Amino acid sequence: MGDVLVFAESQHEHFPKTTLVAVFAGLQLATKRGGKCIAVVVGESVDKLANDLAAYGVAKVVALENPALKNYLADAYAQALAELVKSLNAEVVLATATAMGKDLMPRLAARLGVAMASDVVGFEDDGTFIRPMYAGNALATVELTGPVKVLTLRATAFDSAKPAGAAASVEKVPAQLDSGSLKMQFVSFNETKSDRPQLTEARIVVSGGRGLKSGDNFKIVLEPLVDEMGAAMGASRAAVDAGFVPNDLQVGQTGKVVAPELYVAVGISGAIQHLAGMKDSKVIVAINKDEEAPIFNVADYGLVADLFKAVPEMAEEVKKLKHS
Amino acid sequence: MKILVPTKRVPDPETTIRILPDGSGIATDNVKWVINPFDEIAIEEALRIKEKQGGEVVLVAIGQKTWQEQLRTGLAMGADRAILVVAEKPLDTLAIARVLAKVIGDEKPELVMMGKQAIDDDSNQVAQMLAEILGWPQATFASKVELDGTKCTVTREVDGGLETIAFPLPAVVSADLRLNEPRYASLPGIMKARKKELKEVAVDNLGVDLAPSLTVKTLKAPAKRQGGRKVGSIQELVQLLHDEAKII
Repeated sequence: MGDVLVFAESQHEHFPKTTLVAVFAGLQLATKRGGKCIAVVVGESVDKLANDLAAYGVAKVVALENPALKNYLADAYAQALAELVKSLNAEVVLATATAMGKDLMPRLAARLGVAMASDVVGFEDDGTFIRPMYAGNALATVELTGPVKVLTLRATAFDSAKPAGAAASVEKVPAQLDSGSLKMQFVSFNETKSDRPQLTEARIVVSGGRGLKSGDNFKIVLEPLVDEMGAAMGASRAAVDAGFVPNDLQVGQTGKVVAPELYVAVGISGAIQHLAGMKDSKVIVAINKDEEAPIFNVADYGLVADLFKAVPEMAEEVKKLKHS
Repeated sequence: MKILVPTKRVPDPETTIRILPDGSGIATDNVKWVINPFDEIAIEEALRIKEKQGGEVVLVAIGQKTWQEQLRTGLAMGADRAILVVAEKPLDTLAIARVLAKVIGDEKPELVMMGKQAIDDDSNQVAQMLAEILGWPQATFASKVELDGTKCTVTREVDGGLETIAFPLPAVVSADLRLNEPRYASLPGIMKARKKELKEVAVDNLGVDLAPSLTVKTLKAPAKRQGGRKVGSIQELVQLLHDEAKII
């Protein structure tokens, strides 16, 4: 026993890196527990995706299909997955803590009659899990009792699975749904389009805060640096609240948690809630005109300067470096 | 329309969190207690709906008797009455959801509006669990809520942008940061709040299965980051990032 079921979230016919992180963690946990790791792809017709995932070292991929699963909806997906968990007798079910994972997994857990651990960052040998609390100011060791352990994982805490070994078998399973009980309807998805790398996957993130003073300044002052560095762009909550940039750029306790190789915080003071979203970055740079700004306490390299001068200068220096 | 708003008491977000030496919890002697900021947003949204179409806003908290103070703040904002389910021991998220479901079964609201997560345990689970137990639609991380009779349309903040879903009431909605900006309690509001109904119920009298399936064993501080180094110029910064950190 000890089988681990991984919910493999998909978007636009491919797997985001966050899904491969879930697979990595699922494989690790299955090995620890002496069971198999099984991945499940959910949708209307997902055998191509399922076949793609079969190359990543899992024991089996289930393509869980039903026309009602074409668009993600919490009630339908929770129903479909609960039936699969029971039929597989899985002991652990996990997903990455993406917007979808966070929306779905607690509903699934309640349907299975158990509590769950959110945003897990580590697995202990005794079967307990580590997860952050108090905006990352405490790490809690939690124990899940109950017949099934349900988890979401913090994507930045694990590696992502690489293609490995022979392709696993893919099994098509028609999802059992009680359509009379499904009342939610997908209306639309307004995607923030960008040619830049994804915030949660980029090697370098350059974030702007309230110090930029306007959305125009994000475009005129910050974006040239972002693009010179081939980075993803992030923002503090203050900048998003002020309407400078869209919500999906927010880095923080209640926004996105990122841990790139390099995080450059521009005009960001460094509130606890922002640090919660980026303090595991490998290298942190801070540019702020206030030398008392708390961000400097976590920055590996801090520059007290006027960002309106320093940022264009940095874009120039990076450009020079690239051509030297 | 009756709107039920579950609320939680949490340490003020600006509190410096100190973990007790035995790891059993956080030190509470320096803590200022407030309504969970996301719950304030939920209360505000409920009040706006009531102001538009009439009805009643009922607050529910599950915690110690001292949580009355936070419920009075919510009443001062404009909620009509409050229920405090007195529970001396902490409950896990599933138990909380089950208790709420029981209260909801008695109160029969058309809408449950709650914060998406509590800023102390950061679980972000109860709204979703509650919706499943009730068999209701859920709309989490809401940045906009529109009601048209018994049809509800919610725009949600998701990873790549904004998603819109629709569903009939009754339903559970969890509030995200940009749903609204909560009002402050006015002085007349604070005076009125003293006379509004705040009912206490012992959690053990509700006949709900409270058995835990998640236990927090211990807390510890994360590894402290060494920071604080300052550089003198952009040129120096870029050179260090290239030569020392080897990142660009």
